[in-house]
Amino acid sequence: MDKRSLVTIAEHSREKLMYLIEMASEFEKHPNRRLLQGKIAATLFFEPSTRTRLSFETAANRLGARVIGFADPKVTSGTKGEILKDTIMMVSNYADIIIMRHYLEGAAKYASEVTDVPILNAGDGANQHPSQTMLDLYTIYQTQGTLENLNIYLVGDLKYGRTVHSLLMAMRHFNPTFHFIAPDELAMPQIYKDYCDEHGIKYFEHQDFNADTIADADILYMTRVQKERFSDLMEYERVKDAYLLKRDMLVKARDNMKILHPLPRVNEIEYSIDDTKYAYYFQQAKNGVYARQALICDALGITLEDVRNDKTIID
Amino acid sequence: MERKELQVAALKNGTVIDHIPSSKLFQVVSLLHLDRMEAPVTIGYNLKSGKMGNKAIVKVADKFFTDEELNKLAVITPQATLCVIRDYEVVEKKDVLLPDHLVGIVKCNNPKCICNNEPMATKFDVVDKLNRVVKCHYCNHEQKLDK
Repeated sequence: MDKRSLVTIAEHSREKLMYLIEMASEFEKHPNRRLLQGKIAATLFFEPSTRTRLSFETAANRLGARVIGFADPKVTSGTKGEILKDTIMMVSNYADIIIMRHYLEGAAKYASEVTDVPILNAGDGANQHPSQTMLDLYTIYQTQGTLENLNIYLVGDLKYGRTVHSLLMAMRHFNPTFHFIAPDELAMPQIYKDYCDEHGIKYFEHQDFNADTIADADILYMTRVQKERFSDLMEYERVKDAYLLKRDMLVKARDNMKILHPLPRVNEIEYSIDDTKYAYYFQQAKNGVYARQALICDALGITLEDVRNDKTIID
Repeated sequence: MERKELQVAALKNGTVIDHIPSSKLFQVVSLLHLDRMEAPVTIGYNLKSGKMGNKAIVKVADKFFTDEELNKLAVITPQATLCVIRDYEVVEKKDVLLPDHLVGIVKCNNPKCICNNEPMATKFDVVDKLNRVVKCHYCNHEQKLDK
């Protein structure tokens, strides 16, 4: 397997995560460069994901790369019966890096085994979404000045939400305390609680969601409670508003507390919160571009040193 | 004295795989590719066994399997025992041990795993040998063997 591919964030050490955060901060200072001039990035989205694709394509374009690919699986040969391996082998002849999103779990890992072109996993089914985790880590670091010893509250769908699972695993290096706030139907699965136990991660579970429960939060990570996850729609109606973050719930919040959300938001966060100092989800999405610039460069063998000494910055 | 009858003829040189549950015999045949073997193979099926009630046995003449080949057996018949025979004598007895990695043997239970949707070999890491828990190399789902 090509070492430069990124399939899961769990394969990165603490040092590597900090290194990528530093690299992302360089891109935040100067996002527009010609570092990747002459390179071609392919974005293969076998499953539509507009936000992730736009973020990756923006990242590649701001680095001077050209982008090829498809956004809609209906236009690919997959519908004609082409296997993934053939698609990857073909695109490997054209592109210097492949950014792929797939509806099947393990697709990115398999792709990384059939080609020498680095693969960036932009989400493989319910499995992994490492670039989301990277931008979450970057945002947490940016807002708190550290990743160490933070109180992180995960709210909403903790059962199916892969972003919260990946975040939990990536934070294992930094002595966090997690609080899981979810209805029974969407509680954090046992395997992740076992993971916390194995790695000495402290966690607490709550069903209440009010000003007191979240008073000690440094990070309040909201997720969408998705209607399609429920077999009983009455149950959905009952719990959907229980996890709505209201403005008056922030009265006891810490000064440094920031609200994150992987977006899209539906009704998890009251719109009136957007103009408070706690709201940070749009900056978080913006950070996605810097984090992905770092991941693309790292996959192509460009080092932090190269980025710092870069003479191709466009002001 | 009653004459003890051998259920399967003795082997001069080769490998005996004993204590295979009869229901697993054909999986053993296919796993070790016995159907494609040129050496003489004796297969006993539905034999009486004091320990197991009903068992199967395989004797392969002039063939000495590698540990890697034999350990694959642990996936389907962990209770199988192996004897290496030279000149009618048992020179070595072994148990089958579950290997650390399984390639192309186990099917992933996750229908959304890439390995169930692409012509490719499955890969598993054995994470708990005692409880026979394996983890898919691709989708990370864990499953128990025998299920």
